Amino acid sequence: MQEIIRLLEEKRAQARAGGGQRRIDAQHGKGKLTARERLELLLDEGSFEEWDMFVEHRCSDFGMQENKTPGDGVVTGYGTINGRLVFVFSQDFTVFGGSLSEAHAEKICKIMDQAMKVGAPVIGLNDSGGARIQEGVASLGGYAEVFQRNVMASGVIPQVSMIMGPCAGGAVYSPAMTDFIFMVKDSSYMFVTGPDVVKTVTHEQVTAEELGGAITHTGKSGVADLAFDDDVQAIAQLRRFMDFMPSSNREDPPQRPTDDPSDRAEYSLDTLIPDNPNMPYDMKELITKVADEQDFFEVQPEYAKNIITGFARFEGRTVGIVANQPMVLAGCLDIDSSRKAARFVRYCDCFNIPVVTFVDVPGFMPGTTQEYGGIIKHGAKLLYAYAEATVPKVTVITRKAYGGAYDVMASKHLRGDVNYAWPTAEIAVMGPKGAVEIIFRGDLGNEEKIAERTEEYRQKFANPFVAGSRGYIDDVIMPHNTRKRICRSLAMLRDKQLENPWRKHGNIPL
Amino acid sequence: MFKKILIANRGEIACRVIKTAKKMGIATVAVYSEADRDALHVQMADEGVLLGPPPSNQSYLLIDKIVQACVDTGAEAVHPGYGFLSENQAFQKALAEKGIAFIGPDAWAISAMGDKIESKKLAKEAGVNTVPGYMGVIKDTEEAVKIAEEIGFPVMIKASAGGGGKGMRLAWNVEEAREGFESATNEARSSFGDDRVFIEKFIEQPRHIEIQVLSDGETCLYVGERECSIQRRHQKVIEEAPSPFIDPETRKAMGEQAVALSKAVDYKSAGTVEFIVDANRNFYFLEMNTRLQVEHPVTELVTGLDLVEWMIRIAAGEKLTLTQDDIKLTGWAMESRIYAEDPYRNFLPSTGRLVYYRPPKESDTVRVDTGVYDGGEISMFYDPMVAKLITYGADRNAAITEMRKALDEFYIRGISHNIPFLASLMSKKRFVDGNLTTNFIAEEYADGFSADDLPAEDPSVLVAVAAVINRLYADRAASVSGQLPGHEMHIRTDWVVRLNDDYYPVRVERAGNGEHYAVEIEGESYPVVTDWTFGEPLFVGTVKGKEVTVQVDGLGIGYRLFNNGAQALATVYTPRGAELARVMPKKEPPDLSKFLLSPMPGLLVSVAVSEGQEVKSGETLAVVEAMKMENVLKAEMDGTVKKIHAAPGASLSVDEIIIEFE
Repeated sequence: MQEIIRLLEEKRAQARAGGGQRRIDAQHGKGKLTARERLELLLDEGSFEEWDMFVEHRCSDFGMQENKTPGDGVVTGYGTINGRLVFVFSQDFTVFGGSLSEAHAEKICKIMDQAMKVGAPVIGLNDSGGARIQEGVASLGGYAEVFQRNVMASGVIPQVSMIMGPCAGGAVYSPAMTDFIFMVKDSSYMFVTGPDVVKTVTHEQVTAEELGGAITHTGKSGVADLAFDDDVQAIAQLRRFMDFMPSSNREDPPQRPTDDPSDRAEYSLDTLIPDNPNMPYDMKELITKVADEQDFFEVQPEYAKNIITGFARFEGRTVGIVANQPMVLAGCLDIDSSRKAARFVRYCDCFNIPVVTFVDVPGFMPGTTQEYGGIIKHGAKLLYAYAEATVPKVTVITRKAYGGAYDVMASKHLRGDVNYAWPTAEIAVMGPKGAVEIIFRGDLGNEEKIAERTEEYRQKFANPFVAGSRGYIDDVIMPHNTRKRICRSLAMLRDKQLENPWRKHGNIPL
Repeated sequence: MFKKILIANRGEIACRVIKTAKKMGIATVAVYSEADRDALHVQMADEGVLLGPPPSNQSYLLIDKIVQACVDTGAEAVHPGYGFLSENQAFQKALAEKGIAFIGPDAWAISAMGDKIESKKLAKEAGVNTVPGYMGVIKDTEEAVKIAEEIGFPVMIKASAGGGGKGMRLAWNVEEAREGFESATNEARSSFGDDRVFIEKFIEQPRHIEIQVLSDGETCLYVGERECSIQRRHQKVIEEAPSPFIDPETRKAMGEQAVALSKAVDYKSAGTVEFIVDANRNFYFLEMNTRLQVEHPVTELVTGLDLVEWMIRIAAGEKLTLTQDDIKLTGWAMESRIYAEDPYRNFLPSTGRLVYYRPPKESDTVRVDTGVYDGGEISMFYDPMVAKLITYGADRNAAITEMRKALDEFYIRGISHNIPFLASLMSKKRFVDGNLTTNFIAEEYADGFSADDLPAEDPSVLVAVAAVINRLYADRAASVSGQLPGHEMHIRTDWVVRLNDDYYPVRVERAGNGEHYAVEIEGESYPVVTDWTFGEPLFVGTVKGKEVTVQVDGLGIGYRLFNNGAQALATVYTPRGAELARVMPKKEPPDLSKFLLSPMPGLLVSVAVSEGQEVKSGETLAVVEAMKMENVLKAEMDGTVKKIHAAPGASLSVDEIIIEFE
């Protein structure tokens, strides 16, 4: 017994030491924390229950049987974030470069399976050189086992990936299938093929940072959702993010107390919309002013900035926010913004998170780039996502709601539960000028007449009343009451029940 | 008394006049430009008349339209405020033709005082001190020396055609006067092709002190002085009443001269006689402002008078019911002008939406004169003054203390403002000592304003505040639903507050009722009492018994704290978190000298250069349109364009990179 305990302690110490002090120092030297340090910060103190500390790889080729570290390059288990259960795996770059062996994969799969059974999120902290090449196909099999579980867990439990080091080749596809990907600036990158291969094949000269760094993926490709300055900040933000997340699709989003009154009036919103309909304004001001305590957790802030997505709370409960941003491309819908918002809406719908939509959309972006890029299918994704969603949907039209984009943005016709309009709302097929140029084509060239007709059209349609008369708008609300009205609507919708017809799954236009 | 008056102005002064008119039961008419449709003065007035497009020469300066507005609305009198048409005789004449009263002095007084030479002449005749000098042509050096001796040293020898310091010589004695005259003449000749010079008394350590007068045409009173020495490029920044420099004898002498001058021009309204005062309390007439001054509230607070009310009464033909003996200066008042400008960027004007505008609460000791509101706008078309913050106290120190507190409470977001600069001024020892001159700002901020000019405060206060905020956050985060039963989160008491780059271990516990916190910083106790809640921009409470107001902007996982003009980044870690945070590399912000950044939010209209191109200093790089104005961005030094980061048509946020140089 004593001997066993001594051996246990020895193995534990060995596992905790990971790849040894030299490698830990190297990790720190790169500005990175170790796998265990990261978990220490992520989970409530003392809450971590580690599993499979003694798992070792089974490879005997290339002298690997001599080279074993308990844990095999990944720390797995569960713990709590503010008392709420989460499952975690944290890859240890100091052990075999965090590479994925069959055993390493099995450890990840184990906690994923358990998370599915109990209905709790899985958080992956990725820091891995890739497949354990010495193991060959066994390692690839390990990846695929993880992929399969990512897919099965999708929409059942939230899955979040934090990329904190390299993530290349096949390894990228596990994070790619999780719900959110966060990255750390300067120390993480993701790509299918690295700069060397790129150079050989396409003769492009590119650095790893340019090819797949945090800035690239959060700004250009949209693969990642957020980039953080360093490990400590990233993990603190991840904790904050998880506070918004429900545990599974069987549960409602979490609730926490708030001191922010639900009837708080914000009179400054009455002047948010500029007199000139072509002048932009910052939609984020509206979001932060109506949300609980001005707290808005934006996701994908650097990508497709013409639409805003993120999480906020109303009366302490998590809500997903989607909003057109007039500051960028006039807030129009294009390929990128449609995809961004569609995925976000579907996430919310998976996990019973109500969606609040703020609309100021002049339409879809015209042009060959958009059409050749398939805006028809991509725009349809957002339409599909909103139409399919059964969670509470509250929509506020602040200004423009033109054309097909009006339909798309959580309109009443797509089962919007509560659709409000500000007095400045204009719900129409298109802007007055464009409309007049089509209806009164004969008058083109006669500027006076066109101006007159435009004014006539503006009078008729540049207001919320036509839509209101048809019941497409439930009410016209004063901007300063927006928070109160949203809170009441969400309270009314708390027990909303709506089901889509049974099917294996829909066929969203991918 | 008038039944209805029109206010031919905008902004804070229009609102100020409307307030008094309301108090007197007089109906008010506002005039406004298209940019001011939603302005506060329009909302406050009983009626509003649109004048025209935003530029003031198409709106607030249109005499015909304003007179017509009076006729149309039946306004019997016009208060012109300051600026715009307040000292315009044509306006007065046009009003007079329609029988509309002008709330201000007669046209003659305005014209007499509006002319620099004429006013000096009148002043001299009325027995008012003027700066001694000789305006005639000086024949030769010997005559120059003689004149200098007559004036009394030190003297300033100035080129008549001068400017920019050229052809200017300061002389303290005969020898210097001789040399100065010769060199100034030579320099004037070579620089301006005009060798005429004149000699004037040089005022040492000049102060700008002005006397408020109030006259009904018969009785003329001096209503104390205001010191306005704190000026930045001739723009007043801080004014106070009384002056910390003036003794009762000087006050009386200045007051009597001001009255004499007013009487000389049959002055009939409120007016201001400006003096320059030297280190020996010699005072010399500068000019007379025949209107209400921006800084009139400090006089109102120390005298209890409503100057606007008296202006209206006098214009309506009433007589003063006061005598000079009734004018008593009680306590101390100080005014800070809050401008929409960025003190950290060489006071670059800032315009745009006031995303948040929460002035301090008005009280017996705090007055806020403003023309804007929460969600309002600072327009590029007009004066960038956001508000006047006036505080009152029993003595000067009390007024300063109130001012510092009120500046802490003034919450403005969306535009840049000079509150950090004002807070810095208030904390300068030299300012507190009252050791002022008109060169104060130029001397104290010789290299411009920077964060180093802010008072070095005890960081413990902000550390304690951050610790309490974090405690509240942790408490609430631990109240979230869905926790593992029996394994709920428990809150630790020891934390580490990181304030900018310094780490402070703290202990925080709730003490007594919900508003009390026992905070310990490095072993020392800092009890905090506050009822602050999340989302509130102002953390108001006491730290170690001392009242504090800290502005809190949440940053997700940290807070930006504003206090005493300074801002600090606060993050709170667990002790282990702090340990690991120290391991993190310090990421230096990128060297921005290699970048052309957008100075304002706007639209990139064009980029004039291409990648790889060499540019010379002063060359146009790009054009950014903001607020319908095109701003041409020029190269500050020679260089080569490495990369262009933004394409024409892109909307830029402030500080967004447009061009990168090699």
